[in-house]
Amino acid sequence: MRLLLDLARGMLTRRLRQTLVSVTGIALGVAFFIATAAIMRGFQTYFVTQIIDVSPHITIKDETRRPAAQAAELAHPDGAVLVHGVKPRDRVRGIRNAGQKVAILEAMEGVAAAPVLQAQSLLRYGSRDVSAVLTGLEPERHRRVSNIEKDMIAGRLEDLRRSANGIILGEALAWRLGIGLGDTLSAVAPSGTVLSMKVVGLFRTGIQAVDQGHAFALLKVAQVLADRPNVVNQILVRLADVTQAEPLARQIESRFGDRTESWEEQSANILTVFVIQNAIMFSVTGAILLVAAFGIYNVISTVVIEKTRDIAILKSLGFTEGDIQLLFLVQGIVAGLMGAALGCVLGALMIEGLALVRFGVQTPSGQGQFLLDRDVRVYLLASLFALIAAALASVIPARRASRLDPVQVVRGAA
Amino acid sequence: MSGPPLLEARAATRQLAEGVVLVRDVSLAIQPGEFIAVTGPSGSGKSSLLYLLGLLDRPSRGEVMLEGRDTARLPAAELAGLRLAKLGFVFQFHFLLPEFTALDNVLIPIRRLGRLHGAAARDRAMGLLAAFGLADAWQKLPEQLSGGMRQRCAIARALANDPALILADEPTGNLDSANAAGVFDIFERLTREEGRSIVVVTHDASLARRATRQIRLMDGVVVSDQAQG
Repeated sequence: MRLLLDLARGMLTRRLRQTLVSVTGIALGVAFFIATAAIMRGFQTYFVTQIIDVSPHITIKDETRRPAAQAAELAHPDGAVLVHGVKPRDRVRGIRNAGQKVAILEAMEGVAAAPVLQAQSLLRYGSRDVSAVLTGLEPERHRRVSNIEKDMIAGRLEDLRRSANGIILGEALAWRLGIGLGDTLSAVAPSGTVLSMKVVGLFRTGIQAVDQGHAFALLKVAQVLADRPNVVNQILVRLADVTQAEPLARQIESRFGDRTESWEEQSANILTVFVIQNAIMFSVTGAILLVAAFGIYNVISTVVIEKTRDIAILKSLGFTEGDIQLLFLVQGIVAGLMGAALGCVLGALMIEGLALVRFGVQTPSGQGQFLLDRDVRVYLLASLFALIAAALASVIPARRASRLDPVQVVRGAA
Repeated sequence: MSGPPLLEARAATRQLAEGVVLVRDVSLAIQPGEFIAVTGPSGSGKSSLLYLLGLLDRPSRGEVMLEGRDTARLPAAELAGLRLAKLGFVFQFHFLLPEFTALDNVLIPIRRLGRLHGAAARDRAMGLLAAFGLADAWQKLPEQLSGGMRQRCAIARALANDPALILADEPTGNLDSANAAGVFDIFERLTREEGRSIVVVTHDASLARRATRQIRLMDGVVVSDQAQG
């Protein structure tokens, strides 16, 4: 093996310039892969942690995915039953036995649950009307499933209990209403109920949709306003281990029957965008590596043609076809290795360069720079790609070299 | 001559796919210590016969036996192994690897065989180079050597694994007469003093006369096979 490496080195250094060009090609492919992966993954990781941070890990809703089975269907499970015009039964909407379900969830290890009632309402202050989602919550429980306390810029969650009908508004919502802390507004429910509510706190999450359109009140107050006494229409769940969200959601749904969504399902649209982003990243860097692989193919092919006599003499000396094939594969892999190593260094430098970039504008997240992910696995993945590309590129010329008939070559030369 | 032959061809015929016959029904046995010259006009099948005897090519019909063993049906890798351990080749062109020094070129077959390692392998290669007057040129690249030196280096490489049989295809074709005579001096020494067998293809009649046996080929057929001198 040492012998083959020595022979490979001799042959590669012979075409040093061409070798360097294709090695540089591989290196650029690897470096771009590492740098774009750092930007994309950095952004995506930030975004996902934001989602996990802001939204509940699991949301149980007062819906079912499938309409309840009809009597005829239950009676003939294998029959072809088609029931037309099924309407949902006119019952009180909400999660049934919510208190019991919360208790069951709370009993689980590493699970915190909080019941809420979410309802549309119209907030009126003076001549301004703004529609908002009013979430009725229990501060002691809610604190454990949400980070809203962290986002409070005035007042605290417990202040809801301090006044009769307290309400906490998003900062942007307060601006739109022209209202300030301590002022009193009217809340109008779709059912027509009107409540006077006093602003006891303001929050800012940084997510416009939330800051402009969300408000919080006590669960009891929200139930009164919506005229739905004792009704809860969502149970929010937070987990110690976020990765368990999806399996646990499925488990809860099959047990309770209520539609249960993990954060992944709720953010499916944005996560799909990430998948597409990653696909684009992989194809672009894949294309660079492909071009670089052609460069390696070219170099090895040239070496094989140039070295026809040397291959013939090695074979006549007693080198097997396998030896010759390995000899040229090794050359491709060595070129790939050098490219990967150079690319990793280049990629690391590019990342540090990007880290110095400052944007003129402040992004909503408050970051004025790229969010970069410096995961070692990205380097390994890129290097692996480069090596595979280089090995594949040298397989064809290596096979051609190994099949060379020394008699033909020697006869031709003589 | 006595004892089992080192190499034996039995009715060996080599025919190309297009029907052209290169070597026809050649039977000959090579004994240890023989110095055989194969002569004949160009196109008479001298080189083809040498490739058959050197296990670089396979006969279309007939057998080539090395040390009593038929090689015609051995797998390619096994033939390569036999060439590596038991045979040495010298061609008209030196075919030294241009990126490697004289020493490294001689070391290539030794390292491939793997019987000698490190200092032992190096000593063996240096000894061969010294035997052919290349002791001071061991770290030179082939392009820095003269024509005669290159061919002597190629002979040293052919002897690297101590083969019993050396096959040479027009080894003096590119050399002046002094260097050519030098190569044949070496061949004589290898047969007389070291007991190796040599088969050398040449069209130089005066050099061919120095061999102990001369085989004449015409159109792929042996027309004469005589011991001489």
